[in-house]
Order: sequence, then C-alpha cells, then structure tokens
Amino acid sequence: MSRRHVTAVAATLAMLLPTAACGTQDERATITVLAAASLTGSFTELADAFEAAHPGVRVRLAFNSSATLAQQAVDGAPADVLATADSATMRSAEAALADEPRLFASNTMVLVTPADNPADLTSFEGLDSAAVSYVTCVPTAPCGAAADALLTGSGIAAPPVSREIDVKAVLARVTEGEADAGIVYATDARAAGTAVTTLEIPGAATRLTTYPIATLEQSTHPDLAREFVELVTSATGQRTLRSAGFGPP
Amino acid sequence: MSTPQAPSTLGRPPWLLVAPGVVAAVLLVVPLVTLVLDTPWASFGSQLGRPEVREALAITAWASFVTVLACLLLGTPLAWLLARVEFPGRSLLRAAVAVPLVLPPVVAGVALVTALGRNGLIGRVLDDSFGLTIPFTTTGVVIAHTFVSMPFYVLSVEGALRASGERYDVVAATLGADRWTTFRRITLPLAMPGVLAGAVLAWARSLGEFGATITFAGNFPGTTQTMPSLIYQALQTDPEVARTLSMILLVVSIGILAALRNRWLTTP
Repeated sequence: MSRRHVTAVAATLAMLLPTAACGTQDERATITVLAAASLTGSFTELADAFEAAHPGVRVRLAFNSSATLAQQAVDGAPADVLATADSATMRSAEAALADEPRLFASNTMVLVTPADNPADLTSFEGLDSAAVSYVTCVPTAPCGAAADALLTGSGIAAPPVSREIDVKAVLARVTEGEADAGIVYATDARAAGTAVTTLEIPGAATRLTTYPIATLEQSTHPDLAREFVELVTSATGQRTLRSAGFGPP
Repeated sequence: MSTPQAPSTLGRPPWLLVAPGVVAAVLLVVPLVTLVLDTPWASFGSQLGRPEVREALAITAWASFVTVLACLLLGTPLAWLLARVEFPGRSLLRAAVAVPLVLPPVVAGVALVTALGRNGLIGRVLDDSFGLTIPFTTTGVVIAHTFVSMPFYVLSVEGALRASGERYDVVAATLGADRWTTFRRITLPLAMPGVLAGAVLAWARSLGEFGATITFAGNFPGTTQTMPSLIYQALQTDPEVARTLSMILLVVSIGILAALRNRWLTTP
C-alpha cells in the first residue's frame, strides 16, 4: 500500500476520534455552570468576578430553560453547577446532584409591553381580550408554570398566542414588538430597561419563585464548583443579584 | 433500473472506498436503529391519541402539503426563469435563491421577522392597511416552511431544465408553438423527474422544519405547534414522550415517502 493511502486512512481515522480529547492537557481549569435563562445578566457578572478571583480558571456559562438544563444534567452533560428558576425543576435533576440544593434568590412575575404599549394595556386583566396578543413560557418551564397560575388566579381565559421555550424568548417577542405583551420575571423587565413598559401582576408577590443552586455529580472540579456556589450565596453574590432585581431567597 | 455490471470486469471494490462507505452507513443507520429500540412502543397508541399530538401532526401535514403546492406553483416558474430567460442580475438572483440552503433555520426565522413581522418592512404595511399579522398564525408556519424549502425545489427543477437543454424548445418553436405551449407540452414534461425529486425534497424539509418556524411563527398548540416544536418541548420534561413523538413523525414520513415512491417515483 502506498504512503499516500496510509495518510488518507490515518486522516479518516483521525476525524473519527472525539475532538473532546483536546484540552485535557490544558493547564487552565474550566467549570461549566448551567443556569436558568433569567440569570443571564447576573451570572455573567458573577462568572467574571469568579475568574478574577481565581486566575487560570475559566467559567463557561450555558443559559437555557431550567427544565432543559435539568434534563441535560441528568443525561450526564459535562457540567459542574446547576442553577434553576424553581425547586420543581431542581428536583427533577435530583439523580445528578452532588449536594443539597441551596436557595439563593427569588423573583416575581410581571407583565411587560413594548415601550409604546401598542395595545394600550393598563392592567393585567386587560389580557383577557381577543384583541390583545400576549406570550408566555411553555408550561414545563418555571416561568410558564408561574404565568399559568397567575392567569388562572386572575380569571383570564384568553390564551396566549405563543408559548416560548424560555423567558428570554418571551422578552424578545415583546421588545421586537411582535406581541402586545409578555409575562416575564421582574429581573428580565429591569434588564430590558426602556425597551419595555412594566405592569404589576396582582398576586405576583404571593407566588415568588425561588432559585436553587447545587453542584453536580459529574463535576470534574468539585472544589471549584463548590466555591462558585459559595460566591453566589455570599454577600458579594447577593449584592450582584439584588442589583439585577432579584429578591432574597 | 439497470442491473450492476458483472463484478469480474471491474474487479473487487477497493477497500479505500468500502471502508469509509461502511463508516458513513453506520453513522447514518445506527442512531435510527437505537431510536426504534428505545421507543416505548407500549405508549405509542396512547401518545398518538393525545389531542396535542393530533393537532401538531395535522399542522405539520397541512404545512408541508401547502409548502409543496407553493413550490409547484411559484417555484416552477422561478426555476424556468432562471434556466431559460436572460435578464440582468440573473446569476445574482440564482445565488440569492440558494442562500436559505446554507442559512441556519433560526436565522431564516429572524430574517422573516424583519420582513413579515409586525414591525417588519412588509409586515408593518400588512398590519396597518389590512390588519393582517402573520406571526403566531398557521399562515406564518406555511410561509416559514416555504421559505426554507423552496430553494431545494427551485435548484432541483432548474438543474433538470438545464440538463434537458433548449434544443426541444427550439424545435417546438420552429413548428409554431408559442412559449407557453412549449413550456406546458415540452419543457415541463422533460423536467418532470426534477420536479418530482424537488417536491419530495421540499416536502421532507418542511416536515422536519423547526428553527425558522419557532422563531418566526411561534409555538402554540392548534395554531403553530408543529411536530418538531412539540418534540422539542416534550424533551424538556419527558425524553420518553419525545422519543415516541419522534417515532410517530418518522413512521408517518416514511409511510408517505414509501407510498409516493411506489405510485410516482418509479414510473419514469
């Protein structure tokens, strides 16, 4: 067999090898944090602080719907920390948790409209009209479950026009002006700033969602993972979360 | 169908082709086999009976049917224009038509929002003048599907038109046929294999379409939730249900494909 053929076969075989093997020799340790979409802003900030305090350590963040992340954690996703938007989704990941989840923040639901409020909504009850198009999260996501409870509580029968996969997608529908309103977390409304107008939802204060965080069984850096959880629950972490609009756990 | 050449004349297939071919076949077949093995078949019937699933199947079937229809009615003339008519910017248009092929479907959805969303260039006019909003409607689903599927159809038909060449068109013209008659009686019948192949490709693309649909049209049971959207949502909570739903989509698609193959595709 010619030399060229050997090279071709070697190249083919090399392509089959898992590329994940790269980086195992890397001196830099990387921890991966799976976090609910509503934590996007504050966890990005906390990850920067963690990296600054731990030279040579990189924090990789994956934001998604809590339900999706919990499922990924159970399926053995290579991650170290899981933070979800409610305890129900955290419980569904129980098999993958290395320690007891700790509550670190709370959030309330609000109604947001595009800045110019095209449907002239003045109250949450205004959603109960066929002329108003509003969006919520899918019922399996914590933000969707909370929204459904509040809609039922206020006796609103008109269905949403769309169920989005996570809360950031709901917010995007509103900031793009595609929907007249959306039910999101107070923190998302604050992060959107002047792009949205925020309306209170009656009874929202009685339906706080609390965020748990835990380290994962499959973590390859359990010490760093625990330290990240410490940071989130520490005074520094709590300050960051509070300034993003989260309440105490 | 021609039978393969006798192996003795060409020699044994070289293992440099056989080995990678086998790897490719394994990669394509194994995940499908494991999906079949992992499907909780006992719940297949009860899942199929759920109203949500029936609605999603109906929307998927309807959207893919209208998509193919739109491809035939709109895509065929476009393919003909690209293959037969000289006009300025033709090659540019051909390139533009092919772009959705390489576009990530989510980007296709974002692009559709900028054009047809409530604040989009065309969408704003439709909303202001006629009170029409396209996102969050089944029409939006069909438009998203047509946008991502049409390029497959147009390129397939254009290829067939080019392959059959202009000679027969010219002969028909010299015999007195006008251009419309030539198209109907000569050009289109000659391009029929490309039309059928393109229609099947567009239909298959539409069945599996997810990213552009959920980004542009949204996700609500009964109006915009297609099977792929429902499968994605089910994956969040119950992967077993997601596998069953995937299997339902797979069985239905393969069933229709097999029926089409037997009825039309084998007859030239």
